[in-house]
Amino acid sequence: MAQTIAEKILTAHAGREVSAGEIVVAAVDFTMGQDGTSMMIIDELERLGAEKVFDRERFAMVLDHSAPSPAAGTSRIHQKMRRAAEKYGSVLYDIGEGVCHQLLPERGHVLPGDLIVGADSHTCTYGALNAAATGLGSTDLAAAAYTGKLWFKVPESMRFVCRGKLAKGVYSKDLVLHLVGDIGADGATYRSIEFVGETVAALSMDARFTVCNMVVEMGAKFGIMEADETTLAWLTGRSPRAARPTAADQGARYVETREYDFSGLGPQIARPHAVDNVAPVEEVAGTPVQQGVIGTCTNGRVEDFEAAAQVLGGRRIDRHTRLICVPSSKAVLIELIERGSHRALLDAGAVFVTPGCGPCVGTHAGIPGDYENVVSTANRNFTGRMGNPEGVNIYLASPATVAASVIEGCIADPRKYL
Amino acid sequence: MILRGKARVVNPGDDVNTDYIIAGRYKFKSEDMKELARHLLEDLDPTFTQRIEPGDFIVAGSNFGCGSSREQAPRVMLAAGIGAVVAESFARIFYRNSFNLGLPLVEAETEFIQEGDDLELDLDQGLLRDLTRRRETPIKPLPPVMQKLLADGGLVEHLKRHGGFALD
Repeated sequence: MAQTIAEKILTAHAGREVSAGEIVVAAVDFTMGQDGTSMMIIDELERLGAEKVFDRERFAMVLDHSAPSPAAGTSRIHQKMRRAAEKYGSVLYDIGEGVCHQLLPERGHVLPGDLIVGADSHTCTYGALNAAATGLGSTDLAAAAYTGKLWFKVPESMRFVCRGKLAKGVYSKDLVLHLVGDIGADGATYRSIEFVGETVAALSMDARFTVCNMVVEMGAKFGIMEADETTLAWLTGRSPRAARPTAADQGARYVETREYDFSGLGPQIARPHAVDNVAPVEEVAGTPVQQGVIGTCTNGRVEDFEAAAQVLGGRRIDRHTRLICVPSSKAVLIELIERGSHRALLDAGAVFVTPGCGPCVGTHAGIPGDYENVVSTANRNFTGRMGNPEGVNIYLASPATVAASVIEGCIADPRKYL
Repeated sequence: MILRGKARVVNPGDDVNTDYIIAGRYKFKSEDMKELARHLLEDLDPTFTQRIEPGDFIVAGSNFGCGSSREQAPRVMLAAGIGAVVAESFARIFYRNSFNLGLPLVEAETEFIQEGDDLELDLDQGLLRDLTRRRETPIKPLPPVMQKLLADGGLVEHLKRHGGFALD
């Protein structure tokens, strides 16, 4: 029977032909937890009586959400993770290495055709590499790390056909914000989204990760792109395992196919306090902002900081505004230093914090003050998300829009600076 | 199985995300679910925890539990004594997490339910009864896999009992 990418990958991992709606037990290729979820993975592994994990090279714990630790309670959680990694002999990425969703692809843990589970909702990011990857809770992760398997409901699939070239000043973040605004926070619940079309084919890997990162904001289980030359070139030298590029069959069944023409799309922004509350940037231009954030698992890659540096173009940020930069990994930071954009951003008035999640989840590194407005490249803008619920408004946009906004001290369209 | 509890209606009730259920500023600093339970739904409704008693049901709209995968969300509900969550629909990660831990979730029409209503969940007959309003509505049948996880007492107990997955 003709299959979608999700059906094919789950078929390959279940060892029998499966189709949408079925419950399957499938072998997983990689398992991951971070410092907000690993402590419960460790507890559940103990409850399971696990002396070891299924494969110590296929279970990683990452200290990224609250790292370096800002509080004794967090430090104890970090200690617990380090001790568990010793016990299991498993992979540990300690403070400052980067965000889990940059590290797993960067260090070669993700390949086309893989089935990957992470105790972090943005695990869907790896769909950009043609993997079926999804976020789950800690108990599911413990089961997967212990047995090497997990149960899945084979999802129905939606197909997003993306046409048109993105205009100057418009990026993959604008594309995905538009999609989230269009279908809403539960528009793809339980489903797998397949992205096809020339718009997606023209995107770099950095830009593709941004799109797949945000599919969970539509409720999706997977967001998968095809593996092409861009994918395979990016993967060169990263993993000794063989890639299994997986494409959908002709005649595969989709619950819905949506066609988009992005040639006329302008910069987009998600307004407080919901990710699907999306509008063109013009609609909120002029809104004062006290803090800009560039980074996180959504937009913390080299291309993102380069785009921001280009918009800044030697200008200084507004004196009433702060700009916090969070590279998604140490390797990204090093490349920014080598390319000169790190210095350019510092000269513009930016501050760099440790590679990782930065201020995105409200634990450290830039908690906004009362009644402040923040424009950020992150993926969530809920009340209290950044650590202070008191009148804080969070707007989500591309790195270029954040850069334009910190120049002016209010939300601004980046196109006039390019 | 019949569960009884008072309705604690979350307002606004659609797209209640797990950041609202338990905020990041608390959950990265403590593993004590009883302590974290004091902040249940704080950013959406700062007085919520003052209203709840053990056994109460959380009542909400569509896409309950969206956003972050944090398993602290159902864990703090259990620590707060929440007996079940009744909503029009649930986000998928929260849905799995809850059944893995043994917290029952029920999908049903909820719009007519008012704060403090006495509710009865008849899981065998598939009915939600609002005893205060003398009204009943069907519960969307639980998928067999979720029934099995619930009956086994969660995922870890399921794996121990069957020596692996016995779900497909």
